[in-house]
Amino acid sequence: MKKRILTLLLLGISILSLTACGKNQSGENGEVVVYNWGEYIDPDVITSFEEETGIRVIYDEFETNEIMYPKVEAGASAYDVVCPSDYMIKKMIDNDLLAKLDFEKIPNAKKYIGQQYYDQSREFDPGNEYSIPYCWGTVGILYNKTMVTEPVDSWDILWDETYADNILMQDSVRDAFMVALKRAGASMNSLDETQLQEAKDMLIAQKPLVQAYVIDQVRDKMIGGEAALGVIYSGEAIYTQRENADLEYVIPKEGTNVWIDSWVIPKNAPNRENAEKFIDYMCRPEIALQNFEYITYSTPNEGARELIEDEDIKNSPIAFPDLSQYQNLETFSYLGEEGDALYNELWKEVKSE
Amino acid sequence: MNKKTLAFPYVFWAAAFIVIPLCMVFYYGMTDKTGAFTLSNIITIATAEHSKALLLSLELSFVSTVICFILAYPLAMMLTNMHVSTHSFIVLIFILPMWMNFLLRTLAWQTLLEKTGVINNVLAFLHLPALDIINTPGAIILGMVYNFLPFMVLPIYNALCKIDGNVINAARDLGANGIQTFLRITLPLSLPGIISGITMVFIPALTTFVISTLLGGSKILLIGNVIEQEFTQTGNWHLGSGLSIVLMIFIIVNMVVEAVFDREGEGNKL
Repeated sequence: MKKRILTLLLLGISILSLTACGKNQSGENGEVVVYNWGEYIDPDVITSFEEETGIRVIYDEFETNEIMYPKVEAGASAYDVVCPSDYMIKKMIDNDLLAKLDFEKIPNAKKYIGQQYYDQSREFDPGNEYSIPYCWGTVGILYNKTMVTEPVDSWDILWDETYADNILMQDSVRDAFMVALKRAGASMNSLDETQLQEAKDMLIAQKPLVQAYVIDQVRDKMIGGEAALGVIYSGEAIYTQRENADLEYVIPKEGTNVWIDSWVIPKNAPNRENAEKFIDYMCRPEIALQNFEYITYSTPNEGARELIEDEDIKNSPIAFPDLSQYQNLETFSYLGEEGDALYNELWKEVKSE
Repeated sequence: MNKKTLAFPYVFWAAAFIVIPLCMVFYYGMTDKTGAFTLSNIITIATAEHSKALLLSLELSFVSTVICFILAYPLAMMLTNMHVSTHSFIVLIFILPMWMNFLLRTLAWQTLLEKTGVINNVLAFLHLPALDIINTPGAIILGMVYNFLPFMVLPIYNALCKIDGNVINAARDLGANGIQTFLRITLPLSLPGIISGITMVFIPALTTFVISTLLGGSKILLIGNVIEQEFTQTGNWHLGSGLSIVLMIFIIVNMVVEAVFDREGEGNKL
């Protein structure tokens, strides 16, 4: 008897879930397949988009650009909207994977996204034809004011022996070389053998002072007071300050990496019109604001920034630095296969030292 | 006939998940990006950064194995001499942590050893000098010993259990003292267990990359890290496979030594 009840119950549940599926199977106006970074959107935004447009959103996430690329390239699962970073967009353009955008159909993009972000995008999308900025930020030094009393304004401090064993570096080849190349006054996209050797020697010299090479753990270690200085992405910096008020973020005077993650539409996108609608919706100021408040990564949407009520955040030099004040800001560009191999080789020499 | 049918799942398993992947490793290891045959992936082990990583791995896993042995042998002897209910309890205590994920346990060590970690907080409270071991080779050895110690204890314990008490009594009867009995009877008879334990500690320690990343702060590059990065970060499967082949040579040498000493497979029964 008990068994029968259980079976009936299961049956009931499965029927219910089936009908639920049926209802959402495809929105009245079709669907759009979105491929974005993990935890990079407010889930409520997706729901409100579905309700307003009747387009069903199929949402998929990736962890790194390198994981995303082969999936889009293979075309096995056709995505309509993808959100890669700068250098990866360049690689996708070079390999003819992206469709040119029709800005007429995405009016909000030109209306609300600041011109300076389009200018910055030219480094990887020279004609501003393929990408619309979604989030951006800088890379800088996060330091603990109780441990570092002198002013921090230069990458040099990461080579200061006073802070031996108190420095956290990024455990990724491009970010680590960016720090060294910028310190030496070179381009972070340099392919010049001498400059790269010099940067490598610098990183080797720095290694005894480094406490650890980490990526996501910079955040937790800095909050916990484990280290005095750490190289971090600006979007994370806002979060760490909320958790530990002693932390301060600076953009070094030698310049740094200004990165942009942008919406693009792959060439093989099956639902182009819906993709355009989705991007346009994301560019609405109130939606961009909602996303900004949820993920704390800086928005390039000027309209959204106007809507921010908290003046401290609106004028935060971390979230919205005045880029014209800084020199030598650059964006990563794709180095080609040989360039990548060269960087990896040198990085391995640093790590094995 | 029936027996053969029963073996089919295993044959399928072995083919799909051991033989084919192994062939792929050899294929990738001996070709370049264009698919042409080359030995360059294997020869790169001679480059400074690769050989340094390999030597460091050998060194750390050797030290860990020795420490594991020194800790495990007396423990296994004590276990053998204990009352049945006590020793099964202690064996349980040893196996219990293995039910928890290995990554989590290693991550827990990171939290314990950190500068502002649990151990240092306690030491500071007692006005003792801080323990500065995290992100050093010492921390990696600690992690290896902690994670792999049960693999040394259990085979030795099994081998010791099998020694007939009468053999030891006979030795004592014939005038051998405690040390002589140990050196000439117990130790040689437990050799298969020791060899098995050494293999089971040395090989995972040699190939690990997680322990060195978590407890070494990615500052110490072991050969496992090099291979892992070739696959996940650099995307050069050919080089990663080539280096794996080199590592396999060391593992095979170790296993041949084991096979020579352990013809009866004494120590393998966990």
